[in-house]
Amino acid sequence: MVDHSSPPRPPLSTASLIIRLASIGVVVAVVAGAFAYVNGSLDPQRLRPKTLVNALETNNGLHPGYRRNHAKGVCVAGYFESSPEARQYSSAQVFSEARTPIIGRFALPSGNPYAPDSSVPIRSFALQFSLANGQQWRTGMNSMPVFPVGTPEAFFEMLKAGAPDPATGKPNPAGMPAFFAAHPETAPFLAWVKTAKPSASYATETYNGINAFYLVNASGQRQAVRWGVVPQSQDAAGAAAPAGSDFLEKDLAQRLVAGPLRWQLNLTLANPGDPVDDASKTWTGEHKVLNAGTLVLESSQPQMDGDCRDINFDPLVLPSGIEASNDPLLAARSAAYASSYLRRTSEVSQLHSAPQESKP
Amino acid sequence: MNAQPRFFAPLARLLHWLMALMIIAMLFIGAGMVASVSERHEWLIHLHKPLGIAILALVIVRLVVRFSTRQPPLPADLPLWQALAAKASHVVLYALMLVLPLLGWAMISAAGDPVMLSSSVQLPALVGANAPLFAVLRKAHGYLAYLLFLTVLLHLAAALFHGLIRRDGVLQSMTGTKD
Repeated sequence: MVDHSSPPRPPLSTASLIIRLASIGVVVAVVAGAFAYVNGSLDPQRLRPKTLVNALETNNGLHPGYRRNHAKGVCVAGYFESSPEARQYSSAQVFSEARTPIIGRFALPSGNPYAPDSSVPIRSFALQFSLANGQQWRTGMNSMPVFPVGTPEAFFEMLKAGAPDPATGKPNPAGMPAFFAAHPETAPFLAWVKTAKPSASYATETYNGINAFYLVNASGQRQAVRWGVVPQSQDAAGAAAPAGSDFLEKDLAQRLVAGPLRWQLNLTLANPGDPVDDASKTWTGEHKVLNAGTLVLESSQPQMDGDCRDINFDPLVLPSGIEASNDPLLAARSAAYASSYLRRTSEVSQLHSAPQESKP
Repeated sequence: MNAQPRFFAPLARLLHWLMALMIIAMLFIGAGMVASVSERHEWLIHLHKPLGIAILALVIVRLVVRFSTRQPPLPADLPLWQALAAKASHVVLYALMLVLPLLGWAMISAAGDPVMLSSSVQLPALVGANAPLFAVLRKAHGYLAYLLFLTVLLHLAAALFHGLIRRDGVLQSMTGTKD
């Protein structure tokens, strides 16, 4: 073997050797330190996806295999029939194709999969549209018109205010009132809660996307919107939530035996000056509302092995033609859902061994 | 009879330094995005996916270049354990450059998510939707990324050791400098 002889190397003095070794150490330490800063190891105060998911687990208990929030739910399937109204605002194929298949999920907004249906006045509806071009549109909607807070930091404070006291196992009763007093942005949400009652059916609720998005048309014009779905089914006069804790899923299945359930998909166009980056604020006054089409649900399935179980309803899975706004909750939801999704998909095998009935 | 080359082929050097920048950027992007709930999370993901596919394409080119050009030999006086560590770490680096993008692509597929490189460029799913498989692939992607970072640090330290302490021409074989 031919050794390419390098020029003669004079030996390094001890001092020079130490300086050179130390320099190598510094370079490696700086790169490693920068990495530790970026991944949050040196920054324990940073709000990370796992911080939010840990807080949800603290408040609701750990229920392996279930979503860490909106844990109790039911899968549905059907299709979306588009109307022409949204086409000039968005190039998304979901608005140009006649029909797009959907998988959805109705749920309660708690991380406890055994929560009684009447425990909260809020219901949620998540959807996945599977577009013919292979793209997807996912959205998670709620029956309230605004979110209590506008930032992930405030949301985390809210979770901490509702956390159980280690001494009693119950939340401190003064916690939430103190939180609301310190967060005046919660006023529109609190005003809505005052009038809201737990509904007797998933089928008769309006569900709102709450966060703003942009519709983008073929010429690149962007229009901020909030979307929501309005039911065609109506409650019977005086209908109230029945006694019992698990009526919503049965009611849904019974209604679907009688025929498909329909919602109109509304796109509310922002007026100039409407906040598009703050989900805690209402859009007041007259707004143009597009009827983008009709959701038709044909069947339901228990979530335990249903088609919706393995879907992460990440609100930033969007098709070409719909874009996210700068609402900070959107990125936070996407990041936290990913963390919850990894935890629960690691636990799928435990789902069937978990208790099926309510626990204290 | 040809003398052994002192330098890596120019194309090999170009690929090395280009990919060094991309991989270090990629490691920091990945570590930052999973540790953030801010808008950074979203725009870092939008960088992470196309950059990962670019690295996958380049590493294939690089492997072809590696096997079709002559490599400068390690110095004859290098201790055997260091020579073995050099060879082994290079195998690990190539393997991870190839495997990490494939794991990322496969895990997005296993989650049932569309594999979008931009708002309209979509790759086919590498595997079918399978939630337990997603969990395994996602964890492997994370742990192996940390292994890649540690191997890159080792590679960096060793390169500086050759350049500053041994001064044996190994670092120059990749920088292309004559002295």
